[in-house]
Amino acid sequence: MRHLIVGSGPAGVVAAETLRKADPAAEITILCGEGEAPYSRMAIPYLLKGDIPEAGTHLRKEPGHYDRLRIVLVKAQAQSVDTAARTVALSSGSSLPYDRLLIATGSRPSLEKIPGIDLPGVHACWTLADARAILEKAKPGARVVQMGAGFVGCIIMEGLLSRGVDLTILVRSGYMVRRMMNPTASGLLRSWCEAKGVKILTHTQPKGLTSVDGVLQVDLGEGRILPADFYLSAVGVDPNLGFLAGSGIEIRQGIVVDPNQQSSVPGVYAAGDVAESVDCLTGQRGVNAIQPNAVEQGRIAALNMAGRPAAFKGSLVFNVLTTLGLVSSSFGLWEGVPGGESTEVVDPSHWRYLNLQFDGERLVGANSVGFTNHVGALRGLIEGRVKLGVWKARLMQDPTQVMQAYLGAAQKLG
Amino acid sequence: MQKSLHLDPNKCTGCLQCEMACAWENHRSFTIAKSRIKVFTFHEPGRFVPYTCTQCDEAWCMMACPTDAIRLDPVTGAKVVLEPSCVGCKVCTIACPFGTINYVSDTGKVQKCDLCVGASGPACEKACPTGAITYVDADWTGLDKMRQWAGKTDTNPATV
Repeated sequence: MRHLIVGSGPAGVVAAETLRKADPAAEITILCGEGEAPYSRMAIPYLLKGDIPEAGTHLRKEPGHYDRLRIVLVKAQAQSVDTAARTVALSSGSSLPYDRLLIATGSRPSLEKIPGIDLPGVHACWTLADARAILEKAKPGARVVQMGAGFVGCIIMEGLLSRGVDLTILVRSGYMVRRMMNPTASGLLRSWCEAKGVKILTHTQPKGLTSVDGVLQVDLGEGRILPADFYLSAVGVDPNLGFLAGSGIEIRQGIVVDPNQQSSVPGVYAAGDVAESVDCLTGQRGVNAIQPNAVEQGRIAALNMAGRPAAFKGSLVFNVLTTLGLVSSSFGLWEGVPGGESTEVVDPSHWRYLNLQFDGERLVGANSVGFTNHVGALRGLIEGRVKLGVWKARLMQDPTQVMQAYLGAAQKLG
Repeated sequence: MQKSLHLDPNKCTGCLQCEMACAWENHRSFTIAKSRIKVFTFHEPGRFVPYTCTQCDEAWCMMACPTDAIRLDPVTGAKVVLEPSCVGCKVCTIACPFGTINYVSDTGKVQKCDLCVGASGPACEKACPTGAITYVDADWTGLDKMRQWAGKTDTNPATV
């Protein structure tokens, strides 16, 4: 059996390793579209900070890991997929046959659609190549204008500031990380960043970029111009799906997959940021571009590709973010549900906040700032759909008793 | 035979010797806030519940780690954090549904129970004066009960 995996991020690598365990005789090939050793984008902020060398971003550290597992890494991009002939055409001009195909090509930066976005000095912060370019230019005193304060925009701030740059952040909406944090949590993040010397302009987006004598001019409209030595675009990501045009694979927001991670074309699977699967709480279809989701889908896809039926239980939206040292997290339906209840504690002077959202006697969502201990139990309670019983009232009164509620209600230990 | 920690709340008096032993073993400090095993107090029934990582088969933390910083110890079955590889991204801390892998701001890394890898058995077990913490063959621990919950949410364990 020839297994071909397009994409060498966490979903692709975990899928390959799972395939090897489940199908010892199979041929397993991973296409590495960026021409790099498989690495983790999650580690890039720490590369920018100087905490780790490039090798520290690698998904697997053991020398010879892929050879030992007889996983062949091919440095090439997929150009197109012929699902009838079961071949993938490569950027190198050749093509590879497959019996089972996994598409795990992840996301790419969206980039705002404004004049000048293609100028030199404009970068995303997504790939290792992006990180190298930023490291080259992020000198002390360099003026950096960053568009976007979502997850990526926030997590890279520490690396940028650690290099002594002068950072201005433009935010289109009224608040930061709006896809992950409620206004209270977001407000705490903003005041934290401002206290650390970051200039944040909300309700602001550039009209266009020009270059004068090598200095970018960021046009904010109404005659306001910000000069920048470089410009960072961090306005979100889109699934990497362009090469699937004409393949016949059903695509909506992402590749539509069934619980086995199989697409509309038998033998073709998808996992991670490109896959559109079902949310475990709402039942709605969508792309959930987070690391734990990617690896779990990669694992489930691989088991099915190896002929071992396995079902993805649905994705949970959750994330953890560190913004200049301030840790925040979000889980599930943190915006709440109609007819639901919520409770919160807020301590702005210590940058601490915890908000819980309930639907009846179940916890369905949470936002936290400054709480790190036992936050995983929030996942346990939410994803496990644990009936809280007496713990509902106790949590309403003191939301910080999350771990006790987990032990009491889920493990029946309290 | 793999061994596991068996934690019995009925025998726990809340003395916190286990937390001190753990903090000392791993941090050379008696700061119990740094302990990897925690004794939770339940005021209403007046009960103390020691709790730490069950070294679950699903290994949510190890699967989610983006930098290969959590490995399986083949001898004990423990999932062990390799500090030099951990970048402190905290993805594991939200992926673990048991809440038993946590971030330590002093080190900028995460920590979890590794059954005192490299030592002659877990320090908490040696310190416990009432037998509430024992280190027994994995089959005996009632670990299956603890794992049932994980099984409910995932019918396909990570160990294939």
